[in-house]
Amino acid sequence: MNARWILLALWPGYAAAQGFAGLGTDAEGFALPQPDPLFDFPADHGPHWDYRIEWWYLTAVMEGPDGTPYGLQWTLFRSALAPEEGVGWDAPQVWFGHAAVTGEDFHHVTERFARGGIGQAGVTADPFEAWIDDWRLAGPSFDDLTLSASGPDFAYEVSLEARGPLILHGEAGYSVKSDAGQASYYYAQPDYALTGTLTLPDGEVEVTGTGWLDREWSSQPLEADQTGWDWFALDLDDGAKLMLYRLRSADGSAWTAATHVAPDGTVTTVPDGAATGRATGTATVAGREVPVEWRLQWPDMGIDVTTRPLNPQAWMDVAIPYWEGPVIVDGSHTGRGYLEMTGYE
Amino acid sequence: MRRQIARALWSHWRRAPLLLFTLVAGLALATALWSGVQAINAEARASYDAAAATLGEGRFDQLVREGGIARADYVALRRAGWQVSPVIEGRLGGVRIVGLDPLTAPGGIGPVAMDESDLAAFLSGDGAVYGAQAALDALPPGPAERVLAPDVAPGTVLTDIAVAAGLLGRDPAVIDRLIVAEVQPRIVPPLDEVAPGLTRRTAQGGADIGRLTDSFHLNLTAFGLLAFAVGIFIVHGAIGLAFEERRPLVRTLRALGAPLSTVVWMMGLELLALALIAGALGLALGFALAGALLPDVAATLRGLYGAEVAGSLSLRPGWALAALGISVGGAALAGASALWRIARMPLLAAGRPRAWARGGARGLALQAVAGALLLAVAGGIVLVGGGLGAGFAALGALLVGGALLLPPLLDRALALGARTARGPVAGWLWADGRQQLPGLSLALMALLLAMAANVGVSTMVGSFRSTFTAFLDQRLFADLYVDAGDGDRGAALEAALAGRATVLPVLIVTGEVSGVPVEIQAARDVPAFAANWRFLSAGPDPWGALASGRGAFVSEQLARRAGLSLGEAVDLPGGALPVVAIHADYGNPAGQVILGEAAFRARFPEVSAERFGLLLDAPEAEIRAALADLGIDDSAITDQAALKAFSLGVFERTFSVTGALNVLTLAVAGFAMLMSLLTLAAMRLPQVAPVWASGLTRVQLGRMELARTALLAGFTALAALPLGLALAWMLLAVVNVAAFGWRLPMMLFPGDWARLFALALLAGALASAWPAWRLARTPPAQLLKVFANER
Repeated sequence: MNARWILLALWPGYAAAQGFAGLGTDAEGFALPQPDPLFDFPADHGPHWDYRIEWWYLTAVMEGPDGTPYGLQWTLFRSALAPEEGVGWDAPQVWFGHAAVTGEDFHHVTERFARGGIGQAGVTADPFEAWIDDWRLAGPSFDDLTLSASGPDFAYEVSLEARGPLILHGEAGYSVKSDAGQASYYYAQPDYALTGTLTLPDGEVEVTGTGWLDREWSSQPLEADQTGWDWFALDLDDGAKLMLYRLRSADGSAWTAATHVAPDGTVTTVPDGAATGRATGTATVAGREVPVEWRLQWPDMGIDVTTRPLNPQAWMDVAIPYWEGPVIVDGSHTGRGYLEMTGYE
Repeated sequence: MRRQIARALWSHWRRAPLLLFTLVAGLALATALWSGVQAINAEARASYDAAAATLGEGRFDQLVREGGIARADYVALRRAGWQVSPVIEGRLGGVRIVGLDPLTAPGGIGPVAMDESDLAAFLSGDGAVYGAQAALDALPPGPAERVLAPDVAPGTVLTDIAVAAGLLGRDPAVIDRLIVAEVQPRIVPPLDEVAPGLTRRTAQGGADIGRLTDSFHLNLTAFGLLAFAVGIFIVHGAIGLAFEERRPLVRTLRALGAPLSTVVWMMGLELLALALIAGALGLALGFALAGALLPDVAATLRGLYGAEVAGSLSLRPGWALAALGISVGGAALAGASALWRIARMPLLAAGRPRAWARGGARGLALQAVAGALLLAVAGGIVLVGGGLGAGFAALGALLVGGALLLPPLLDRALALGARTARGPVAGWLWADGRQQLPGLSLALMALLLAMAANVGVSTMVGSFRSTFTAFLDQRLFADLYVDAGDGDRGAALEAALAGRATVLPVLIVTGEVSGVPVEIQAARDVPAFAANWRFLSAGPDPWGALASGRGAFVSEQLARRAGLSLGEAVDLPGGALPVVAIHADYGNPAGQVILGEAAFRARFPEVSAERFGLLLDAPEAEIRAALADLGIDDSAITDQAALKAFSLGVFERTFSVTGALNVLTLAVAGFAMLMSLLTLAAMRLPQVAPVWASGLTRVQLGRMELARTALLAGFTALAALPLGLALAWMLLAVVNVAAFGWRLPMMLFPGDWARLFALALLAGALASAWPAWRLARTPPAQLLKVFANER
């Protein structure tokens, strides 16, 4: 796939790490995230042309009328060749989207690519609309959205209603990714009530569930030796939400950060080390071993849970492949959620 | 021990260097023919694949619209879910510039492999242009980085759509065409609802070119297979001879204590070494052959089908390996039986070849049944019909069946001949012919196939040439053809030449009829048309119906593909019209519809003529001067003779390749016969010796040898004639229709047959000259030994 390199921009080993010296821009003129951001919503729901990469990332866990569990993913990525929006064929923006729907025994994936500047893909902040081709995440506001995507073997259309406020990951939305100081801006809406329809090869399924939307942008997200990440977004049965990611280094260590949203809305974020994740079981997926079972611990929060995949074969066979699918949570807390694992190619 | 065995085996070749030469040469020649043909095929195919991948034309449907497609429509289609990808293309400095969007193009960016930094350069800044060296060199200077990509189709460069729009000075908001991906989302709205007025050109259009070129390649492949079959006959002969002659040596070695397994194993190894050497030689020869023929092939394909093939050859590992494999496999095939016989030879058996052991009436009868069955199969396939594959299957069955039938037929012919024989010598001659038949039959079958292919292909070429010449005479009847450049100047031309020439405007649009891509053309109502055109079939007064707009002509290709016959309505933009005539339109991959000029202008008012045929009523110099006044110089004027010569030249080149292969095949067949005769000569001494002892001189025996071989070759040539004609009929009436969509009338060229017959006799005589000469020079002592040795 020729657009493969574009995805590389998002993945480890991307670009020579600029080092973090408090400079406002990197060598090619892209802005770098700075601590203590002041977000301006709804404008910040839209694109940040000064930054190299950006995404609108929605995952949802759902069930059908008979209780059958499903998961869906919808992601719009923006990757810039230059820090400007541009108009026409020359616009230095590349957009791509991933969509997937997962059940216990199936996993349908498709991807789309588009160049910026011609209207084939884009994001507007107010009213909110993010789109690529016929895929669309849009609504009168960020709290009230409709989501659709289609592929050769599936389609879905769901509506999303926010049940709580946006939460800011890291330090007020400034999310540090390594000791060297790589960082991104990172916020989320972790609790959408979801209703809608999945169109599967066997027919349509009405679903209800919970959605989680992540927003992140940066210009140099990872340290050069970071090989990939394991990212969890869990919806616990007691009403709490847990986000935890670990960025793996080539030497086997991992940088871990986590965010906890209590049922009453209290947000707790911790930097590296306070919460940990450890793989406990692997599966052979698309010819490689992938750690699909995990144990997550956050002693200060009394969290000690395991996750197992709804479908271990939730391989995203796209330009740069990765694993992403729904998981089931057990242990000190029960619940469900989404796991994304990159760098296991 | 092994050393001694090896030296003993090798000593044979030192004593018989000529045999070694013929063995290696035979294998090398067979390999060369096969690999040469394959090389041409591989090279041409690689060029098409590059072209197809570059242009996305063969594999994908295309959306087009007269005047271009707005970029907004492209975005609307994408936003409706349609997986389409834009292309802006044009010519600059003689180079075709294809601008793609690598993000959405279903075939990616064709044959170009890029890493991430390449693609970043492709998409940003001044961009990058990918192409073969010649195409890059021909581009005018510009800021875009030039990247050498030999696999891009010749005469074409690939670049980003933004760069292409800039290079061509085009409005970037107008797209030339959209490539439609094969896989679309589950549900997409109808095309017309999203972007009305688009025409979907199915991949059929590209596939047609593919089918045409496939036909040419199939033609070549058939030759390659034939060459291989003939080559195997040679190799079989050469190896058979080498092993037969060494039977005494093997016996001696074994008597001296050499284990049989070691001897057989070492002979096998020796064979492998020889096959590899011969294969390498053959590869070099094949490469040279392909190199000599490829420029013609390239020119042919470019002229005939508009497909660009690079005129140079590169060594592709695929066919090089295949060539070595063919050589080794062929040697193994041919050597297996010889080795088997050596392995089973009793230690104390006579070291003499057993000429008597061959043959057998039962084998001949079986062969006759098999041959007849295959001919029936060929007939069956033709009757049931269906496609190019079936056509070639029928061809194969016909050729193999014919070859299998040859020995039984020759046997019957010689038996009949024997009845007419008067006197013992004549009787012996016929009987000896029959006796030799089993040993010669492989070589004769090779000769038969070579002859039949020769007859078949020359008939096809001849038919094609006469038909096409006549066709050109009727279609290119105007005196001059003029390219006015644009419609306005075209209108001025019509006005300026009024009264001095009959002006025939070329009014043409492309479209689709019943899913077949067509060009719709107008014919002006002038007597010259009716005087020159001939139809394959026509109703009453077709020209009257055409001029009054009551009917249309359709080309044979369109009639076949859309299933149209006379009187049926052809569905056209602006309303259907009945077919009033079907005309021949050789060499055109698209279908053709001819309308009367008034009807055409009513349906396509936006089309104006840029090219014109002129029937001159005034001196040519005066017309040229008038055209020059309009700004039309001589470079835009073609005279009929030049046009015809060019068109004919294209077809001549097509068949110069097949002609060259014909001659080579016949030469190879002659060589096979020589090898077989040499093999037989050694075995036949015991049969000849009694005749010599009965009073015939050695020279007489030699002459009889010549005569018998010529006789067999003559019979074979006679048998080859009907087989060749059947082959030609299949090429013209089955394969050509399946591949090209038109059927060629078959014409017979008895002059060619006479020439071929003479050539076959010559090949036979040449092949037997040396064995006969050897027989005539056989020392009497050797003949006497036959009686001295107890066999």
